[in-house]
Amino acid sequence: MSAAAARVVPGTEDEARVQAAWRALAAVPDPELPALTLADLGIVRFVNVRADGVLDVGLSPTYTGCPATDHIAELARRALESAAVGEFAVRHVLAPAWTSDWITPEGRRKLDAYGIVPPAPAAVSSWRASLAGLPVACPRCRSARTETISEFGSTPCKALHRCRDCLEPFERFKCI
Amino acid sequence: MSALHPADARGAASAADEAPALYRYVLRLGDLALVLGQRLSEWVGHAPALEEDLGLANIALDLVGQARLLLAYAGEIEGRGRGEDDIAFLRTHGEYLNPTLVEQPNGDFGETIVRQVLIDAFQLALYERLASSRDERLAAIAEKAVKETRYHLRYSSSWLVRLGDGTAESHARVQQALERLWPYTVELFEADALDRDMAESGIAPSLEEMRGPWNRHIDEVLAEATLDRPAERPYTWFGKRGEHSEHLGYLLAEMQYLQRAHPGARW
Repeated sequence: MSAAAARVVPGTEDEARVQAAWRALAAVPDPELPALTLADLGIVRFVNVRADGVLDVGLSPTYTGCPATDHIAELARRALESAAVGEFAVRHVLAPAWTSDWITPEGRRKLDAYGIVPPAPAAVSSWRASLAGLPVACPRCRSARTETISEFGSTPCKALHRCRDCLEPFERFKCI
Repeated sequence: MSALHPADARGAASAADEAPALYRYVLRLGDLALVLGQRLSEWVGHAPALEEDLGLANIALDLVGQARLLLAYAGEIEGRGRGEDDIAFLRTHGEYLNPTLVEQPNGDFGETIVRQVLIDAFQLALYERLASSRDERLAAIAEKAVKETRYHLRYSSSWLVRLGDGTAESHARVQQALERLWPYTVELFEADALDRDMAESGIAPSLEEMRGPWNRHIDEVLAEATLDRPAERPYTWFGKRGEHSEHLGYLLAEMQYLQRAHPGARW
């Protein structure tokens, strides 16, 4: 991966290409969560210049079965084409595996503003954790009196909760 | 091998026996994920509540995602130009190498949950160790899949506790399902030459090493669910060698119909 990449020298054309690629990718909205970009979600793993001059772009899939994975790669390709960064190759990188901990502070702020509770740190938890149910504050009325409806939701990355005060259901990013 | 399978008659299974060991091992892992994912997807639109519909469908989606990564890798090892779809849709039941447990019918929601706990705990013990495999590709897939599997096990285990320690009716049903499915767990830990070969070459964990963690989790959940661990019975199935129960053929017939009727169809 990065070991195979040539070192990018500051002030060179290659450095400008890498920066342009990052800027282009950072602006791509996630197809399922358009309020967030690929950069916010921590999906863009690296942009390197290979020895043959091709930009090597690594994306981390969030879930192995996420139907948006291929679509995201396609959106990334289109953004890189528009940004005219020269020849590039987009690939998926499995290791290290994506974790919700990689969502940036900016991404967390946007999730909250969008009405989705940002994930808590993804500590390895016991199977009993789901029964205990860590308190999650309602993104609308901020009440802490909430309950888990389902550990799964409308997309692979979310779980369903409900507020017992304002009675509204809401989504939370899975902590994985 | 018995001569009962149509695949044997065409020589497909014996050809599979001669395929590289790593290819067959990766098929075992990929087929487990694919067949279980297909089974769980049968619940879509039928689960007892919308939330469980979503839960089972999401687990199915993760499993199919894992299967795609594994079967694509199997195709590369095989080196005959077959992709993940060719391998999933164009093999017969004698060529499928999943353990027999995962092809068992869903039964009621409780039986599905029992099957899920048994296999989630197995996959977790497997992926946790496979993440440090000498095979970098398998290690990367396992590192990704282990997080999903931990989540699945939490879901299935907490449901088993609610059902086992629930009403007299729910308790009786899951205990019965446990008795029915238990014999299929023997196969999971019964190492054959391929399992030993993979363990010795540092690619796969030894099944013996996985048995302890699996037992601990199962015993802990069964105790909390007030369920009795069934007695061991000697009979062993060998789906992972291509010798399946009658159920796999029907599952594949449904899953593969479109590609068989319209080869190469895409959308």
